[in-house]
Amino acid sequence: MFAFIVRRLLYSIPVLLATSFLIFTAVSLSGDPAARLKANPRYDQKSIEVIEKKYKLDKPIPVRYFYWLKDVTTNKLGTSLNTNQPIWPDIKRVMSHTAQLIVTSSIIAILIGIMVGVFSAIRQYSIFDYTATSLSFLGFAMPTFWLALLLQILFVNIYLKWDLRIFYTSGLNNPDEGAFSLDRIQHLGLPVATLVIIDFALYSRFMRASMLEVINSDYVRTARAKGLAEWRVILHHVFRNALIPLVTVVALNVGGLLGGAIITESVFSIDGMGFYFRSKLAQLDIYAVMAWLLVTSVIIILANLLADIIYGYLDPRIRYS
Amino acid sequence: MLASAAAEEAFEYGLEIKARSQWAYARRRFLRHRLAVGSLLVVTAIFVCGAFANHIAPYGFEDVDLIYGDQGPSAKHLFGTDELGRDYFSRVIYGIRTSETVGLFVAGLSTLIGVMIGVLAGYYGGWIDNLLMRLTDLVLTLPALAILLTFSALYGSGNKWRIALILALFFWTGLARIVRGVFLSLREKEYVEAAKAAGAGDLRIMLRHMLPNSIGPIVVNATLTVAQAILVEAALAFLGLGIQPPTPALGVLVFEGQDLPQDWWLTIFPGLTLVLIVLCVNFVGDGLRDALDPTQRRVRA
Repeated sequence: MFAFIVRRLLYSIPVLLATSFLIFTAVSLSGDPAARLKANPRYDQKSIEVIEKKYKLDKPIPVRYFYWLKDVTTNKLGTSLNTNQPIWPDIKRVMSHTAQLIVTSSIIAILIGIMVGVFSAIRQYSIFDYTATSLSFLGFAMPTFWLALLLQILFVNIYLKWDLRIFYTSGLNNPDEGAFSLDRIQHLGLPVATLVIIDFALYSRFMRASMLEVINSDYVRTARAKGLAEWRVILHHVFRNALIPLVTVVALNVGGLLGGAIITESVFSIDGMGFYFRSKLAQLDIYAVMAWLLVTSVIIILANLLADIIYGYLDPRIRYS
Repeated sequence: MLASAAAEEAFEYGLEIKARSQWAYARRRFLRHRLAVGSLLVVTAIFVCGAFANHIAPYGFEDVDLIYGDQGPSAKHLFGTDELGRDYFSRVIYGIRTSETVGLFVAGLSTLIGVMIGVLAGYYGGWIDNLLMRLTDLVLTLPALAILLTFSALYGSGNKWRIALILALFFWTGLARIVRGVFLSLREKEYVEAAKAAGAGDLRIMLRHMLPNSIGPIVVNATLTVAQAILVEAALAFLGLGIQPPTPALGVLVFEGQDLPQDWWLTIFPGLTLVLIVLCVNFVGDGLRDALDPTQRRVRA
């Protein structure tokens, strides 16, 4: 197992190098990274030249890439060209905010998805099953940004009409309020609800399919033939085995969750990773964007690795060596 | 033997046996899928409206009428107007045109790329397969929306063709993997061996023998890509880094409406259109998945 983890980690290094090189090249080819500085009247010719020297902007792209890579790895993700500020403190701050959003919504979505998927599978073709199926099709077709806006419009209008503040529609907290308070829940309620509705569709559909596959397998028939109570068959033989593939789906969805975070955080103006990324991209702060992409790629690779490890632990037929 | 016996039996009962091609079977199975047929009609109607937007829309998409600004849905303005008095029903119809263009273009081009890469990887195997599949892995380790945002911000310049091209260059990975998988298994089939023995070249085997047998997943995937591309394009436009405001796209309309939460119709109608298109295209894709599965032969007479 240990050898497997080490091998996978070693394998992901060239993948990261290749992707970061390709993105760096594509980004660098699009224009002058110092264009923003040159447009800023507060920077004179001399200081721009100093910055260009410092970041090797006068060198060809592959050379620039290696200097960037060195800066990123030795200097905590490097420095933003536009603001001349270190990038890591910003990323650290927004990561914790996005983690609150993503982890909360994922836990809720997974729990609801499992419950609905299990009941749909046990009562296949029942009214409940049809309702859940229709809802999940709607969830698949629903643009995340539109759903977020609907919730926002609804609660803005509730506030305007009845002066009733159930959920806040923008920001992360009011001033002087801590991270663990009713205020934070009121702020995160709508973004979390948006992500839950979107992800619930995926998880419940998958759970239903996975349950149905196990229900029709031979060992379940054997369990029933032994005369076990139905709830025992469902709980011990079907449910536990049907859960295993869900691990992979959840892990593969991490990229999708980050995409969802970009959208919901933009709608609700939450100071998280997605909001940060979008604003840095709009400012063409290229080194901050590169650092963000690097961090998220590492997160995605680690999530996939974690899924493989958990999968191997849960499913005794799979043994890594 | 069996077939002729069945034919004789059928003849005795005064029934007729009709030869049906694979396509005829597929068409009959699809037509039996009522939800898919209905969705196909709806989505065709929507797309035709979009294609003939300048004939169907009651107003131009930039016609300003300040007297009728900020009005809710009415008989005169079905989807209401924005603060400049632009008719949102007309703008939505023009928006459909942009969105369908992007969706169809992305589906076509990404299918072409995905099929080519999948065919080469699956047919030749070995280092070609390894190289191409590592390339798809690279694309898949990145957060998709973020990378599309980056490229459309840097290279898109708000133009719908550029955005569509960028989407197509990232949308082929799923199909490439599917086609590769199908080709890997088809490669071992007897008829491929027979074709080889008969002296057919690689290209002929790939295009004449193997590709028609993998058409099902390709068509289904292309259909679902139309919906996905429309959704992602709308998300890019909504975030302000895709298609830019003077061009009327459904995402752009939602983007412009979001500043006025009191004017709910500016957000509701473009979004609802988007949901309807995507929902219908997904249902059509589902119907096609059932219809094009050649292992299903049963057709109700």
